[in-house]
Order: sequence, then structure tokens, then C-alpha cells
Amino acid sequence: MAEFSLPKNSRYKKGKTYPAPESAKRTKTVVLYRWNPEDGQNPRLDYYTIDLDKCGPMVLDALIKIKNEIDSGVTFRRSCREGICGSCAMNIDGTNTLACLKPISEIAGDIKVFPLPHLPVIKDLVPDLSTAFAQYKSVQPWLQADTAPSPQSERKQSVTEREKLDGLWECVLCFCCSTSCPSYWWNGDRYLGPAVLLQAYRWIADSRDEATGDRLDNLEDPFRLYRCHTIMNCTRTCPKGLNPAKAIGEIKKKIAERVL
Amino acid sequence: MSQPNTRPLSPHLQVYRPQLTSVLSISHRASGVFLSAGALVLSLLIYALAFDAPLYETVRGLFNTTIGQGALCLWTFAFFYHFSNGIRHLFWDMGKGFSLPNVYISGYAVLASALVLTTITLGYGHYVNIGQ
Repeated sequence: MAEFSLPKNSRYKKGKTYPAPESAKRTKTVVLYRWNPEDGQNPRLDYYTIDLDKCGPMVLDALIKIKNEIDSGVTFRRSCREGICGSCAMNIDGTNTLACLKPISEIAGDIKVFPLPHLPVIKDLVPDLSTAFAQYKSVQPWLQADTAPSPQSERKQSVTEREKLDGLWECVLCFCCSTSCPSYWWNGDRYLGPAVLLQAYRWIADSRDEATGDRLDNLEDPFRLYRCHTIMNCTRTCPKGLNPAKAIGEIKKKIAERVL
Repeated sequence: MSQPNTRPLSPHLQVYRPQLTSVLSISHRASGVFLSAGALVLSLLIYALAFDAPLYETVRGLFNTTIGQGALCLWTFAFFYHFSNGIRHLFWDMGKGFSLPNVYISGYAVLASALVLTTITLGYGHYVNIGQ
């Protein structure tokens, strides 16, 4: 049974407030979810008001500014700052996205930043994604083929075959989609979630892969695949503009087609 | 990690913005549950009509109250909403209409269709009643 409210140790309260510098003309308040594993306290929301004239355009710029200039304890993942590594995935202004791709100017009012939803928190904005990565491993995300490629050439693909992978290979595994999915919130221990299913379909759709039957067998399960109820939050939230719901729909179709 | 068991769960429903995708989805489920209750009431009505005339009059009386009329209107809307959104789901099952713009177009279309069909049905019922 799904637990709709937060467990006692997870309920957050208002924390510290850091006012804007007096010289600031254009300000914005960033509200950050904070949890420190070492102080034994519940999570809290800290309010940082920053000078927008001395800050880069993206939410990630604001986070880095806060960490550099106001509170060096603020913890979050980031690396490439251009939407290709998938590290800075978080819940910003009510939807999941990459902090480096989300312009501050798109957000009306305070910028509320939480970790990706319904995951154990390691510290502040860093969630524990080990279940999601174990699920990714379970779909065996690599090319499987019994036939050896000819010694003279690589495994060839026609332009049409290659086009079937567009919209799939671009996924950076940020898990914004999986953690936006209510079905994944309630059954994330058994339902694979949109990110992993899109990855599974990436290999099912690959003309060079010969394990399609095994892959479909592995997915044909009331929980692993069919907890997808086409809610479509995944497609709505993907910061890369991909369509996990469509990939899941294609898997369901492939399973249906093989019994027809 | 020192205290893995005390890790808090990050907020989910509490912070996630409601949007057309999720709201229509949960409404589909809610209308389904509500219609199941309606099916029981309908069975009761049919049973009473066949075997128990006084009970039938009682149920009829209940439906003539403001609350009863309101419930009938809601059931009509729930039926047409569930019906229209069910058709939307059939298109998804065929692998069609997954693009985000199409999801929004079909979502609003489902709402419009449910409203129009409910209005026509209730309007026709009203017209027949006045006719008597």
C-alpha cells in the first residue's frame, strides 16, 4: 500500500534565513532542502536571498554561488553544467529537471529546490540512486549478439535502422523521469521506472542486438513493466525532451505483437 | 555511510506540482472507483424495481433530493469522463498520441468531450421531464 505522507523523520521544517546583501537591487530567494546526516535533526528548508546581478542565468549558477559565497555546507551533485552528465537532477519549482538547464528567469517567486522525489536522502540535495542503477543493470544495457561480425567490417546498420535509436541514445540517466512517476514512487522497489524502461527499449530497438526475445521475457511482468499506467509525468518532465512513455508503449506493443 | 537507516525520504506528493498529465490520470482512477459505487446503486434500483416496490419508491425519492440529483449529475460526468479517457488510453495502447503536444491536446479534448456529453445527456433528461 502506498504511503502518501512522509515518515516522521522526513518531515521538514523552516530553517535558517540568509538575507540579501544591502547593495543588491535585483534579488531572488532560493529555498533549499537541507539534511545533515550527522546532526540527528529532521530536514529543514533554508532561505537564501541572492543578488541576481551577480549570478549566472541558471539555477545551478545560483546553487554554486550560494555554496561559494554564503554557505559552503550546501551539498549537491554537479559536473558538466551543460545538460550532458545528468548529475544536477533535482526537483526545482515543483518539477524534476537539471539545474544547469533551468533558467532562473522561468521561475516566478521563490526558487524551491528539493532532491529528486521519493528517494532516500544521503545529504541535502543528494539522493541515493543505488536502486535505480541496480534496476538499470538488470536490463543488461549492452549489445548482445551470438553472431560474430564479419572480420572485415563492423556491425552495419542502415540509416533507417539507426534512426530508430534517435530519442533513446540521448538519455543521460538523470532519473528525473523515474522520480516524477507516482507509480515509481509507490512501487519503485519492483517497477523499473521510465528511465530504465527507456534504456531497455534502446537495446530492443537496436537492429544489431539479437537478444530481443530474452529482453522482452525479462520485462513481461505485472510490476517490472506493467506498473506503467501512462500517467505521462515522465515525458512531461524529461529535461532532454525525450519520451520515455512512448518507449514503454513500444515495449508493451512488442510484447502484444509476439502473441498475436 | 554512517547512518543509512535514518536517511529521510525526499518529499514527493508534498512538493510535486500537479499537472494535466497526473491530474487526468488520478481522475481516471477516481472516476472508475466512483462508477463502481454507482453500479451498486444501479443494481439496487433494478432489484427494487423487480422485487420490492416500496424500496423502489424510497430510492426514487432519494434521487429526487438535491443531493441525489447532484450525485446523478456527478455519475453522468464520471461516466463520460471515464469513457472518453478510456478511448484516449486505447490510442496509447496502439502506440499513438504519445508526443507531449498530443498528450495535452487529447487531455483537453477528453475534458471537453466529457462536459459536452454530460450536458447533452442531462439536457435531454430535463427536456423529457418537462415534456411529461
